[in-house]
Amino acid sequence: MELAVRGLTHRYGDMVVLDDVSLHIPAGEILCVVGPSGCGKSTLLRMLGGLEQPDWGEVLQGGTPPEGCLNPLTYVFQDFALLPWRSVAGNVSLVLEDHRLPGDRVRAIIEDVLARTRLSDFRDALPRQLSGGMKQRVAIARALAVNPAVMLLDEPLSALDAQTRELLMEDLVGLWERQPFTGVYVTHNLAEAVRLGHRIAVLSRRPGRVREVIEVPGPLSERQTGDPELEAIQAHLWGLMRDEAMAADQELLDA
Amino acid sequence: MPDIRVPFRGGGFRPEARRGTGIAVFVLLLFLIEWGTRAGWISNLTLPRPSDVAATLADLARSGALWTHLLPSLSRLAVGSALGVSAGIGIGVLIGLFSYIRAGLVPLVAAIFPIPKIALLPLFVIWFGIDEGSKYALIALGTFTPTVVATYGAVDNVDRGLIRMGQSFGLGWWSIVRKIVLPGALPGILSGLRVSLAIGIILLVAAEMLGAQYGIGAYILQAGALYDLERLFAGVVILSCLGVLTSWAIGKIEKRLLVWRG
Repeated sequence: MELAVRGLTHRYGDMVVLDDVSLHIPAGEILCVVGPSGCGKSTLLRMLGGLEQPDWGEVLQGGTPPEGCLNPLTYVFQDFALLPWRSVAGNVSLVLEDHRLPGDRVRAIIEDVLARTRLSDFRDALPRQLSGGMKQRVAIARALAVNPAVMLLDEPLSALDAQTRELLMEDLVGLWERQPFTGVYVTHNLAEAVRLGHRIAVLSRRPGRVREVIEVPGPLSERQTGDPELEAIQAHLWGLMRDEAMAADQELLDA
Repeated sequence: MPDIRVPFRGGGFRPEARRGTGIAVFVLLLFLIEWGTRAGWISNLTLPRPSDVAATLADLARSGALWTHLLPSLSRLAVGSALGVSAGIGIGVLIGLFSYIRAGLVPLVAAIFPIPKIALLPLFVIWFGIDEGSKYALIALGTFTPTVVATYGAVDNVDRGLIRMGQSFGLGWWSIVRKIVLPGALPGILSGLRVSLAIGIILLVAAEMLGAQYGIGAYILQAGALYDLERLFAGVVILSCLGVLTSWAIGKIEKRLLVWRG
């Protein structure tokens, strides 16, 4: 499935957060959205999945979702959004329960996604017992369970430490390699963007506009940290964002 | 080589469990009163001897009078607070979920909350009769208001991120309420229950003082009228135990239902 955004504009009060944003996300490709804080990238992502309504403009979806897809547009949230009173398996089963699937099918799906995210041994653990990285793997397993056509990832690795982030990036690349999904990956981390994005959209700060869309060459699986070509792209991105990031840092909240 | 050890200056400002301290304070207090009443520096019009109160309690238990007073009280508390708490949780959840119900009922609840419910007892006697009905109604109304306030507060405090997550996976409205909102509100509802039940016990005694033949409240009132301090204090001890017991029971329920909080 592919997504397109046309002329998206949105205000919070007097503040324009998104100004005439247009993007195309082709099927089977990951688009990373980067930008300084306050550029409206999370707002954009919420609009892509229908969790927020834009003032002007529209989000369009095209193509048919894959067979067995229960929830075409599926999110992975920064704060994991796991139900603390449900076990790992219970959190996955939550999103299957409303679909009236036969019990053995539900069990099979849960087994499969937990195996794919290497969580099979932790199926009965509660979220509070898990590390941050494990929690996000549960959230990813939950997203995989509905066999999504498009994954909407909202800074999924931001709450994690650097080593865990590295491991989860490899996991995400592995999952994409195994079954390429359409993805929108919002992050403020440029290293993540160059590792996981086929293309990277750079948003400007307030009002959020698309400044540039950059193609990142090379298959995801062959990208390594420290690759000079990727470093060059990252430096270019940083050049685009630096002044605005500085301005964002020096702004008083609520001023 | 540096040779001065860096002094420790952290620590403190954190409540720590100190086992047995509570009981020690309690025992010390009882001991002081016992000593004072025996030695005479506490007159026996001021306080009864703890040992006499204990003897009175033992007598009560032996003669069976304890049960004739305790059982009606317990059933009033159980029926009244069951009515009040279940209505309170129901209305509280509705207030939490629907803006119109909130706009309509929150001011009403705020108006009812501060009324001393005991003042309404004569009215309840006319409405529900002098028997059990008026006592049930009084306890029900008294437990209802704090339960409503605690419940809608708890529903309001459920993490909106979890609700958005549910919506983003296409969960139905009823599924979101049942699987996300209600379990998320449970801790707040249970802690509100502690307050509600304590208020229930206070109102139970008040209702029994105004018109009951049997019951802990009636027993205390009779003792007070005769200035029988031993019996009065025996009644008070039973009430404290009732309070501690309900609080302990809610603690048990919390432990069981909220394992996930750790």
